[in-house]
Amino acid sequence: MSALTLYDKVWQQHVVKDYDDGTSLLYIDRHLVQEVSSPQAFAGLVAEGRNLVRPAAHIAVADHAVPTRLRHLPLPDGLASRQVSRLEANCERFGVHYIGMNDNRHGIVHVIGPELGFTLPGMTLVCGDSHTSTHGAFGAIAFGIGASECECVFATQTLRQKKQKTMRVTLNGALQPGVAVKDIILALIAKIGTNGGVGHAIEYAGPAIATLSMEARMTLCNMSIEAGSRVGMVAPDQTTLNYVRGRKLAPTPDMQAAAEAHWLSLRSDADARFDREVELDVSALVPHVSWGTNPGETAPVSDRIPDPALEADPVRRAKMERSLKYMALEPGMKLDEIAIDRVFIGSCTNGRIEDLRLAAKVVEGRHVASTVAGIVVPGSATVRIQAEAEGLDRIFKDAGFEWRDSGCSMCVAMNDDRLAPGERCASTSNRNFEGRQGQGGRTHLMSPVMAAAAAISGHLVDVRTLGKSA
Amino acid sequence: MEKFVTLTSVAAPLPEADVDTDIIFPARFLLLLDKAGLGKHLFHERRHRPDGTSTDFVLNVPLFNEAKILVADANFGSGSSREQAVWALADFGIRCVIAPSFGEIFYSNCFKNGVLPIVITGEAHANALAAAASGEPFSIDLERQTVTLPNGPSLSFEIDPYRKAALMLGLDEIGEILAQDADDIAAFEKRHRASQPWLFLDDGRLDSLFSQTDKA
Ligand code: SF4
Repeated sequence: MSALTLYDKVWQQHVVKDYDDGTSLLYIDRHLVQEVSSPQAFAGLVAEGRNLVRPAAHIAVADHAVPTRLRHLPLPDGLASRQVSRLEANCERFGVHYIGMNDNRHGIVHVIGPELGFTLPGMTLVCGDSHTSTHGAFGAIAFGIGASECECVFATQTLRQKKQKTMRVTLNGALQPGVAVKDIILALIAKIGTNGGVGHAIEYAGPAIATLSMEARMTLCNMSIEAGSRVGMVAPDQTTLNYVRGRKLAPTPDMQAAAEAHWLSLRSDADARFDREVELDVSALVPHVSWGTNPGETAPVSDRIPDPALEADPVRRAKMERSLKYMALEPGMKLDEIAIDRVFIGSCTNGRIEDLRLAAKVVEGRHVASTVAGIVVPGSATVRIQAEAEGLDRIFKDAGFEWRDSGCSMCVAMNDDRLAPGERCASTSNRNFEGRQGQGGRTHLMSPVMAAAAAISGHLVDVRTLGKSA
Repeated sequence: MEKFVTLTSVAAPLPEADVDTDIIFPARFLLLLDKAGLGKHLFHERRHRPDGTSTDFVLNVPLFNEAKILVADANFGSGSSREQAVWALADFGIRCVIAPSFGEIFYSNCFKNGVLPIVITGEAHANALAAAASGEPFSIDLERQTVTLPNGPSLSFEIDPYRKAALMLGLDEIGEILAQDADDIAAFEKRHRASQPWLFLDDGRLDSLFSQTDKA
């Protein structure tokens, strides 16, 4: 048999049947359910009188619409309150396990799946959320779906899918101090474009991957969708096994050896062929920030804003002009001179314990600039509790940050945390789309250490020069 | 699902790359629980000024405010998986989007809602955009996989056969799977459970996890 990639192997192990039109019926092992993409899916089941076939394949949590403070009080927003109670009621009705807002396991779907051991290597996992690619860090085929597809998974435990092409991103070298995995993914998107990965399942490989923690791999896979790819994966290795061991839903001791042997067998065969290969030397990377309104409009923080007039492609040029107008920026401006009003440290991209540790190191003994309001939002209650045990909350609060409860918060403008029109934010989230963090709000994407440094300086800054005179 | 066979309508031109689903349907309206009525919020920020007055966005212009076709640009519908973006387009009356490329999840969501996304690139796309601006109607024939522009030329497009069939027949995909593949799914599940038992949480582990009072 010919050599297989990681994606090929996991795919083959989940094909129920191949149809003669080139599509396959893919078995879905698990589904994370949240409040935004599920109401209409549940309503569809009810309307058609259909069952939810395997309740133990799902867990549910409300993460997008929930406030990140004063959680013991009734939700202030009537619509949000209605959406969260609808999820609770649907879970009750269909026997799906629901994690409440004040539960110690609460958090963003993509943070709690791995934490609980709900996410495992070699599985297929879906969620009505595009950042489901996060879970590919475990060597799972994990992808975002729409509400209709959520309904299909509820009712059939399968999805009709066409196999993706494969793309390998080989990361060579080692990151320099102050440069983060967020900089790798931002640089990659700037290089291949926001639709560079469309139609492809990405596998991240190479020497740099071996050294990365699971948290860092999740950041990388999380933003694969920002390169247009629904699937980003990393082959399971010892780091993966160590992370999964002991998690509440990890394989029981009697199954562990077999599970781990299976997971290690999933790596791409040495002679496996990918449809596309991309290489990146990460040792040459410097901290990046986004300047426009998609994650591909990103540059090293030491650069100047590019000039649309120099862009040959008229469609790209028009897009750049539109981005700069929305962002209220001029070509030629130095990125590290852009003043900011708000800082958001959190999200499913960078709201994990390691992210908070790194950011805390930057802010320790310093204070947020007087012109800046900063919030730190742990991705889950587990992260919050761990951070508090380590005293990170103190460090952030002493520096003038607000310390919040878990949730999507200011990553998506559908809860109380949002930018006012015209406000400019240094954000560790994943999307700088128009209005993403609030109507008229302006987002600059960057790593947690870069956002921390921006909070201290009051403007975008290279974290490596913080505290040193320019 | 509403069938899609042929469609004749003026086509609204939206010559802008990277129109993501946050632009098509802003996040704050995701709190709404029903599909019906979402068209009101389609392109909300583009159609309405902060003071509530209407802008001159293409779908506000009398010539195009009943368009059933949208001619968009590269990477249309990228970003968030929110199916609300498609529900809002459909609720507004748009049954077909023509663009050089689409966000993948958006593309797939279209087919679940009787909306036909058509990929047309290069010069043909430029011609379609120019023709749309004229305000004369386009004709789309899904069976023949053609878009006929008002000034004559017929552009052909590719589409996966099963997606074409699903649209033309207005198929209920879930119903089809349940009716035709249930036995295969059950047989697969049995084999899968035997080979990777750790993937199945029906053994009560999930219940025991959730019966703990793990409250803050
Ligand atoms: S943190 Fe942001 S990107 Fe992640 S799931 Fe929540 S809203 Fe989506």
